[in-house]
Amino acid sequence: MTTVASDSTPSAPTEPTGPPALQLIDVVKEYPGVPPVRALDGVNLTVAEGELTAIVGPSGSGKSTMLHVMGTLDRPTSGSVHIAGHEVSRLSDRRLSAVRSALVGFVFQQFFLLDGDSAVDNVATGLLYTGTSARKRRAAAVEALERVGLGHRLHHRPNELSGGERQRVAIARALVARPTLVLADEPTGNLDSRTSESIQALLHELHQEGATIIVVTHDNELADSLPRQVRFRDGSVEFDSANGTAGAPSTTSTDAAPSVGEPEPTELQLDDLTEPDPTDGP
Amino acid sequence: MANPTPAKPLPRSSSFRIADVLGTATAGLTARKLRTALSALGITIGIGAMVAVLGLSRSGSAALEDRIAALGTNLLQVSAGQGFGGGDATLPEDAVATVGRIGPVNSVSAVATVDANVLLNDLVNPSQTGGLSVRTAETNLVEALNGSIAAGRFLDDATVDVPAVVLGSVAAERLGVSAVDGTQVLVGEEWFTVIGILDSFDDQTDDVETTLFADLDRAAFIGADIAEELFDAARNPETIYVRTDPDFIDDVLNVIPNTADPESPEEVEVVRPTDALEAQEAASSTFDNLFLGLGAVALLVGGIGIANVMVIAVIERRNEIGLRRALGATRAHIRRQFLLEALLLSVLGGVAGVLLGSAVTALWANSQGWRVVIPPEAIFGGLVAAIAIGALAGLYPAVRAARLAPTEALRSS
Repeated sequence: MTTVASDSTPSAPTEPTGPPALQLIDVVKEYPGVPPVRALDGVNLTVAEGELTAIVGPSGSGKSTMLHVMGTLDRPTSGSVHIAGHEVSRLSDRRLSAVRSALVGFVFQQFFLLDGDSAVDNVATGLLYTGTSARKRRAAAVEALERVGLGHRLHHRPNELSGGERQRVAIARALVARPTLVLADEPTGNLDSRTSESIQALLHELHQEGATIIVVTHDNELADSLPRQVRFRDGSVEFDSANGTAGAPSTTSTDAAPSVGEPEPTELQLDDLTEPDPTDGP
Repeated sequence: MANPTPAKPLPRSSSFRIADVLGTATAGLTARKLRTALSALGITIGIGAMVAVLGLSRSGSAALEDRIAALGTNLLQVSAGQGFGGGDATLPEDAVATVGRIGPVNSVSAVATVDANVLLNDLVNPSQTGGLSVRTAETNLVEALNGSIAAGRFLDDATVDVPAVVLGSVAAERLGVSAVDGTQVLVGEEWFTVIGILDSFDDQTDDVETTLFADLDRAAFIGADIAEELFDAARNPETIYVRTDPDFIDDVLNVIPNTADPESPEEVEVVRPTDALEAQEAASSTFDNLFLGLGAVALLVGGIGIANVMVIAVIERRNEIGLRRALGATRAHIRRQFLLEALLLSVLGGVAGVLLGSAVTALWANSQGWRVVIPPEAIFGGLVAAIAIGALAGLYPAVRAARLAPTEALRSS
């Protein structure tokens, strides 16, 4: 596990200071049907804080389901999901919403900006459900927009922005609550190649500053440019560049110093599970 | 214990401040202004119709009540009905005097039609009377009818036997006489000097057609003596106006026929003019119910329109719902947002409806010369109805929006 101060080099290994940002243990996701469709088939994955990881695979490999399960938008059929040490796979809808508002940021291929709102208002929406006051939301939004290089576009509406700028607004929105984990779903999927490169560069920059980012993509070029690749096929991890294998809980790694500060795979305490919400099942 | 300690404590729940719910719902409406306006329009029309109906009905009633109060409910009008032979009956010459002797009667006055025309001058075609008539009048006619004099004076003992004429309000207008300045008009073949002009006897209404004393407003009054002298007019009263003690109206009404014409009491017709107004008021309230019904239908249609628009909005804004769920909104937060949008929409429509209904009432009442009465219960009821409709119409779409699974909502359309 690596903690990275914003002004130091990202590769500097330090002592592990906390739980991994994300840990999936034996995660299975089955969709009902005859026969049932097993979208995730025993996935184990650990992502340390500060990592920039690509989850890559062809369509139908289970990476979309992976995104939903990692982002607590969907629950696994079995297995457990930990975000910053919190077991989230059995939480109620209310508590899952709290996890999403505080710990997870999303970047979508289609941006999903609110057309009627300016860039700064769109970014401030990232804090809307955290109980932060409107004034503080706005201040944080301005800061986040400056961080993604859009300090000069604060009051533009989405339709006055280019595709790349829109995605920067969406990235700022994902970052504004300072989440443990940023999940980006095909962030360059709707962009031309030149714009894609600039977004790719932005992801690297944010990684340098210490953000934990997981990019879900089918674009091998984008995946290969990132420090770590996890390849999916038929619902399970086919290859993980962090340990060169599939299957068992992966070790954590940092891009420049793999295997340094590797924590013990954590044991799961089943009695620690929070109340399941029967109304919220998929 | 090997389970790692969480770095950040996890809040029990995400939160959505009330001010933020309001801001979000408002933003949802202002982002689609035309749609917002059109979907609120149904409620506006419904509430507007109801407020206008209640307002107009109340203003109309108030106007009628004012007229009734001005005329006085203690006024009785006595006239000769149809005779047995089918011809017009007449009242006896001394009917005014005998009716005046009834105990509770305060005052009695009378008029009678004279067979003559009133013309501005001798150049006018005598057949073009303009609907005006010439009548004899008792000198106390104006007081008995609670009337008033616009200019000059009414007939008195000194002017009943000279060629002097007092014009009713309509008669003065039609003859073009606006001041008492020695103007003479032609009555029959004789020149009469205008000594007075009256206000309308029923000046609470501008509507000449419904006024109770339209015939008096169209009359030129001359003294009975000069009428007899010049036109050979009979002394029989045609219409007798009786003011009674308010407590004995019915008693007086019952004894008048026998008193006025003991020989043929069945030919005497006695009415209370204000009864006609009260009947008019009752008749107009049946129309009110019809219009209130129409307003309710418009309101229902408006409510369905809002429900419809909200259902469409939930489908169209699936991605927004997904995004909000991803940003940490709970189901309850989504439900609140959409419910409040529907509520704001209908309250917006309701407020506009109340304003519209009030404006219509004010304009119409003014055009009728009525006093503007907008019942508070119409305003209050309109707003409560709007809130109730918004809540009902918004509930189902809001529940649907909240039930949408985040993964489903985020799927690209």
